[in-house]
Amino acid sequence: MVDTFFTALATLLTFQHMTALSTGVVLGLVVGVLPGLGGIVGLSLLLPFLYGMEATHALAMMVGVLAVIPTSDTFASILMGIPGSTASQATVLDGFPLAKKGEAARALAAAFAASMVGGVFGALVLTAFVVIARPVILSFGTSELFALTIFGLSMVGVLAGTSLTKGIATAALGLVFGMVGDAPATGEYRMEFGSLYLIDGVPLVIVALGLFAVPEIVDLLRSQSSIAGSTHTLGKGWRQGLRDTWACRWLVLRCSGLGTLIGAMPGLGGSVVDWIAYGHVVQMSKDRSEFGKGDIRGVIAPESANNACAGGTLIPTLLFGIPGSGATAVFLSALILIGVQPGPSMADPARDLDLTYTVVWSLAVASVLGTALCIALAPYIARLTTIPYALIAPFMIMIVSFAAFQATRSLQDMIALLVMGAIGIFLRRFGWPRPAFLIGFALATQSERYLYQAVQFSGWGFMGRPLVLLIIAVTVLSIWLSVRKRPGEAVAAVHTEGSSALAGPGQVWPQVAFAAATTAAFAFAVVSGLSVSLLAAIFPIAIGLVGMVASGFVLLPLLRGRLTTSANFDAELAPRENDVRGGAWAMLGWLAAFVAAIALLGFFAALIVFFVVFLRVMARISWARIALLTGVACAFMLMLIRALNLVLPGGLLQAYFDLPWPFR
Amino acid sequence: MNISRREILGWTVAAGSVAVLPGWAAAQGAVSFAGKTVEWTIPFGEGGGSDAWARFFAPYLAKHLPGNPTVLVRNVPGGGGLSGVNAFAQRPQDDGLAILGVSGSNQFPYLLGDRRVQYDYKDFTPVLVSPTGGVVYIPGDYGVADMSQGKALLEREFVFANTGATSLDLVLMLAYDLLGLKVRHVFGMSSRGETRLAFERGEANIDYQTSSSYLANIVPLVEAGKAVPLFSLGALDADGNVVRDPTFPDIPHFLEAYEMMYGRPPEPSEKLDAYIAFFSAGFPAQKMVVLPKSVAPEIVEAYRTAFANAVADPDLQANKEKVLGAYMQGTGPAAQRLFAIATTISPEAKAWMQDYLRTNYNVQI
Repeated sequence: MVDTFFTALATLLTFQHMTALSTGVVLGLVVGVLPGLGGIVGLSLLLPFLYGMEATHALAMMVGVLAVIPTSDTFASILMGIPGSTASQATVLDGFPLAKKGEAARALAAAFAASMVGGVFGALVLTAFVVIARPVILSFGTSELFALTIFGLSMVGVLAGTSLTKGIATAALGLVFGMVGDAPATGEYRMEFGSLYLIDGVPLVIVALGLFAVPEIVDLLRSQSSIAGSTHTLGKGWRQGLRDTWACRWLVLRCSGLGTLIGAMPGLGGSVVDWIAYGHVVQMSKDRSEFGKGDIRGVIAPESANNACAGGTLIPTLLFGIPGSGATAVFLSALILIGVQPGPSMADPARDLDLTYTVVWSLAVASVLGTALCIALAPYIARLTTIPYALIAPFMIMIVSFAAFQATRSLQDMIALLVMGAIGIFLRRFGWPRPAFLIGFALATQSERYLYQAVQFSGWGFMGRPLVLLIIAVTVLSIWLSVRKRPGEAVAAVHTEGSSALAGPGQVWPQVAFAAATTAAFAFAVVSGLSVSLLAAIFPIAIGLVGMVASGFVLLPLLRGRLTTSANFDAELAPRENDVRGGAWAMLGWLAAFVAAIALLGFFAALIVFFVVFLRVMARISWARIALLTGVACAFMLMLIRALNLVLPGGLLQAYFDLPWPFR
Repeated sequence: MNISRREILGWTVAAGSVAVLPGWAAAQGAVSFAGKTVEWTIPFGEGGGSDAWARFFAPYLAKHLPGNPTVLVRNVPGGGGLSGVNAFAQRPQDDGLAILGVSGSNQFPYLLGDRRVQYDYKDFTPVLVSPTGGVVYIPGDYGVADMSQGKALLEREFVFANTGATSLDLVLMLAYDLLGLKVRHVFGMSSRGETRLAFERGEANIDYQTSSSYLANIVPLVEAGKAVPLFSLGALDADGNVVRDPTFPDIPHFLEAYEMMYGRPPEPSEKLDAYIAFFSAGFPAQKMVVLPKSVAPEIVEAYRTAFANAVADPDLQANKEKVLGAYMQGTGPAAQRLFAIATTISPEAKAWMQDYLRTNYNVQI
């Protein structure tokens, strides 16, 4: 085994392998920097070239992509407030406030250092773990996996903001959205409104972009300045950031270990690992007052976990052929293309262990290489934050839309993005914690199906299994850690949505309307549960009832005029220093107009029209510069769709006329 | 200008022959895709069986089609694989530059008469059929070495981790039913990998795996005495008869297993008809390449020849093991026969199947 380990390193250090690895790293870097695009797109870009490549070269290249994306996606999270991929949503919470305070350099340096340690540590854990992983993974049955989803859901307690009831209501809302589509127990369709699009559920990437990217773009546009505002610099915090990570070294190691293990659980995947790491650091910290406002630990924890997780998800993929995420599903398919059959042989020194160690070494080397490149590029990329946002916004909207329609390549993806974006704007405005929504959404399917399967396989006695009891104990401890108040603390939880003044009697109606709409949504979930068979009905009815009670607790005091409760929250009460006419509605209108234009003209033509009109009206720049920026955007888009061989969503125009590429 | 009759005649003949030539050439089978791009639609996302299958075939198809066009795989995911095929069928392209890869997930809803299906296999022409197989296995310590001791299994309650009542697992549900096994189905599994894990964890005690995964993951368990294969699903020969799976020549196929257990073949019934129909659509004809019916016969012929040559390509033969297994790829007339079997079901068997799913699993078609 030790032999195999070093032979694999020697193989990797040859020129061809390093070239393949570096190619992967550079591609992963670019894809990661673009908001919303992650491992699926990165590996899909490689797919056409893999067939016929030598297995170890192809592996090095793919791992290069996978390893660096959770590092480079940090740029968008910290500098733009938009999750660079679904792996770094939690980084936004503290990273973006730091950037706005002019401490972007510090946040980036700390994030990159944490990412590197996470990646290398993850690889180290894999080295030893891969040999013993099989029995460990097999000891986690559906019962244990259900307990783990409950542990994930318990993180809502930390992220609930000022009002725990609101946190619970929001998480329940996320669960209800996550239930759309086929029921795990029976395959019946729930809340799909007869639409073929919804039977597979709402895609996670669209929910993440709708909740975090759209509200941020809208907010930044309204401020009519650049992201960095008056601070026009990256700040000089590079050393400070590295020192921060060093000071938190034990936290980094803890979160790396956590990330690897959660990633390694088959069928759980890493969709909420960054939130769990974030929750963990909040629970363990003495001073929690700065979380959500720019605490560097809130950047370090998720960043070390998500890189380690990328390594962890490879374990079930290689040993069991079970992908832990969308990206590893593509990785799995690529393995078969290059003639590698995942299975027990991947941990067998006599057979394919050398390939597994090639993956491990590639992970470690790619993490270091990726971090070095990110640090080198940071000053240039960070300059984007000093450009007036009206010039950046159309590019952001373009990339976010492109990322959204990666889900099913249809116009419905755009409509879903618009709807989720509107919901995201309201959640933010009324102080309903969006992270809670996301955790609920991401764990909805898994919690329901693991509960059903655990009961089917082992009866209700599954709750008594030793590992389940252990996980429940950890969950209870975790909840206690997050809700206890320390002396002198006003509230225990993190403000994820900023703060607001209390609304007066005449101003409270928007909140009332939103809470009432939410209650109605829960009622709808309950009613929809009544029309399906029992096994498919339990979850929507139970969650719907919990949600109705929780949102009722938010709604009632507001209705009865008791306005001093923590439920009273509206970020739109005080007029902003700078605002555009029409506020958030006008900005959301731009997005809606873009979607409508796509429905009429198809994506590519709509993009051109949108760029020209937006840049003229919002950015008020000269026609020459409009032409230049639009040209750059089109060229970029053409390159991407050519490489991925996509046909962009068409509109009415395409239904009647056969247009030439790329307009068709 | 002075132009003689002879000159006019000469020009007319020349122009005429230029006009006639392409048609004549096409009639002779000289179809050429030189400089063109063939788009191979896969109604599923990147990653996954159909995607890997198409990407494996694409370079060989490009090599053997006349004019060596570029062949690109285009993924159109959504709607459980139905959206992509619906869209393909709604706008058929008859220049032969758009081909479609369908799988069992498209055949099953079609055979069941699912109302969300807006395509008809009668509008498609098959040019390639790729089979797959599967093996059913149970734990090694049940005291059963093969199906001749199958009656001992009737006393047990089995648990089968199931990916859905209308998925490929439907074939297994019918097989267990025909054998008279008591099987409890636990649904909501997202892949065969997960069902295998459930078996290895001891949560499920009967499972099947498709060929390549069986070889990689279950054969080691069989060698260690932890699993026993009961039967393979079998393959179809050129006449449409169920025969042993060439990958597993030592394992009896389902009909043989039934006979080993009961001493006679299964009685003809609607249930058996339904089993054969869904088995054919799910395994011997699991993945197919089709063209719209409106495509000209000489183009279809070009594709048939290209796939036949691609399958015979020594390079493909050397690399096919992991992706295609040992199965005969159906090309030419064999493809048409398999296609016909896999996309046809008698009205009685169809009605029986719908009723079975409605009564037992609350499936509304």
